[in-house]
Amino acid sequence: MIRLLWAFPFITVAILAVIGIDAMLFKRNLIKILMGLGLLEAAVNLFLVATGYRQSGIAPIFTNAPDAPQMVLPTVQALTLTSIVIGVATLAMMLSFTMIIYKKYGTVDSQQIRKLKG
Amino acid sequence: MRHLPALLVATPLFAAFFMPLIGRAGQTARSLWVLLASVATSTVGLLLAWKVFTTGTVLYVFGAAAAGQALPMDSGGIPIRIIFEVDALSALMVVIASLSSLAVTLYSLVADSKSSGQDGFYSMLFLLVAGIFGMVSTGDLFNFFVFLEITSLSGAALVAFRIDKGVAVEAGLKYALLSTVGALSILIAIGILFGQYNALNIATLAARLQFTMLDKVALALLIVPLAMKCGAVPMHFWTPDAYSTAPSSITALLVVSSQASLYGLFRILFSLYGDVLQFSWLTFGWFLIILGVLSMFVGVTMAILQKDVKRLMAYHAVSQTGYMLLGVGVGLAVLGNREALDAYGRTAMAGGLFHILNHAMYKGLLFLTAGAIFYRTGTRNLNKLGGLGHTMPWTMVFFMIGALAIAGIPPFNGFASKLLIYESVFRFNPFLSIIAMIVSILTLASFVKVFHSMFMGAPKAEYAEAREVPKSMLIGMGFLAVIVVVTGLMPRPFIDHMITPAVNALVDRSDYIVAILGGK
Repeated sequence: MIRLLWAFPFITVAILAVIGIDAMLFKRNLIKILMGLGLLEAAVNLFLVATGYRQSGIAPIFTNAPDAPQMVLPTVQALTLTSIVIGVATLAMMLSFTMIIYKKYGTVDSQQIRKLKG
Repeated sequence: MRHLPALLVATPLFAAFFMPLIGRAGQTARSLWVLLASVATSTVGLLLAWKVFTTGTVLYVFGAAAAGQALPMDSGGIPIRIIFEVDALSALMVVIASLSSLAVTLYSLVADSKSSGQDGFYSMLFLLVAGIFGMVSTGDLFNFFVFLEITSLSGAALVAFRIDKGVAVEAGLKYALLSTVGALSILIAIGILFGQYNALNIATLAARLQFTMLDKVALALLIVPLAMKCGAVPMHFWTPDAYSTAPSSITALLVVSSQASLYGLFRILFSLYGDVLQFSWLTFGWFLIILGVLSMFVGVTMAILQKDVKRLMAYHAVSQTGYMLLGVGVGLAVLGNREALDAYGRTAMAGGLFHILNHAMYKGLLFLTAGAIFYRTGTRNLNKLGGLGHTMPWTMVFFMIGALAIAGIPPFNGFASKLLIYESVFRFNPFLSIIAMIVSILTLASFVKVFHSMFMGAPKAEYAEAREVPKSMLIGMGFLAVIVVVTGLMPRPFIDHMITPAVNALVDRSDYIVAILGGK
């Protein structure tokens, strides 16, 4: 039971990633494709945070550095923050691309946005 | 001199973020700032590379008391800071990016001066340069991911820069989407590796790697996106779109950013996973060789069909990437066999790495000439162009230099690197070498056709207005053309002082680890 509880975040990661990839592969609406990408990003961020969790671990922040056994370097948390920021930037840029595409083509259907061929 | 690795990234970043501010003072101030920043960046890059080639690997530990102190006193032998580790291979890439970015900015000062949004354009351009420099010089896996994302983001924004009735934005979106998914896959791999070994530093990871099942998954998650980003064939479909719709100056830089991904691929296969792959070097060598042969062949056959000159050149870029993969792949395949490695493995790798340098120069030159023609005629369609040799003689000469170099005709630099590849690959497997030669002949055929339809024939009435492009564009192209000719006429010094150390950096894997962790 306890083992299952430990695996729970990773199961969530898998579910999120599968939903995200499914949306990216099989949806035709660009906005939905980008939503799929957002879900995939969330899955990766959750994965990073989940790998970094240590039971009753404490981050050695200046004022409350604990004894050595409980001390956990918050590296993955820092990585996740960075990755969230990057994710925001990419998604925002791609959404603005989608806006321009909608203005120029009058559609966000990925099947009809195919001027580049060959 | 001590802070060169930090300046390598700081200079272009500084230039990029001050661009909107300087831009308010007007066009002239901005152009001066761009010129100054570009010269400064390239100077820092070349100085750093010179330092590496003369004194060996340069370490830079951010925030440490001494720049070379990789292991803090009380950390128990773990490098906890972000470390830049510039060895000979990184230095080679730094040289390529420096030369290329200098030529590109000179060229773009006039070529892109008509479009609006100049501040954003140049900010993105310098971010792209910063990203490339970061990717090739960092010694930290997560840092590599961050720089990869900076490169992809600014690259995609620049691809979409000329909206071009939405077509460019379509290509930009495709590029951004694929890059982001690829980068996420790399991030998962980083998470897997960190979860097992508590380290992000490539050297530390390489020393600790056990090659568990999870490590194999991480390896796949790392090499597939990097192979995609460098445009190897089953995953090349974004290349023609992005390369053909971006402004030409940017395309020349995108070639370099693809090569930075290629660098990542080699770094991971040799430096990170080199030792644990010991029993499957042959397999992974063949993996690179097959990717390479597919890229060479599919790239060139697709190129022959194209009517858009930049799309055609983009397919040739895919094809030329194949040569690099082939050369280095042969080196990886014989890594375990010391005799074969000394007999031809090192030469093959030297050919592959030399081709990276040469490709960046002649391909950059070709894209810039295509941009020059687009600048004067407003079209990239080969069926409409013609007779430009009468009015644009310099552009024609530069195009000829680039075209002969890509086809591997002596005395240009493409010949120098291709000859190394042919002769060494022939001893590994004659069949592969023959494919490589056939691809070169097809490349020549394709470029003869392009040359003929763009420059030959009677002057066309609709292009009577076309004149030679402005000086600053000619200087940018001439700079690259001179490098193409010089490296072609005298390849020996380049091979001895730049390429051979880079090959050794890949082959002698322990040096990369020892530089950080010490001991031997």
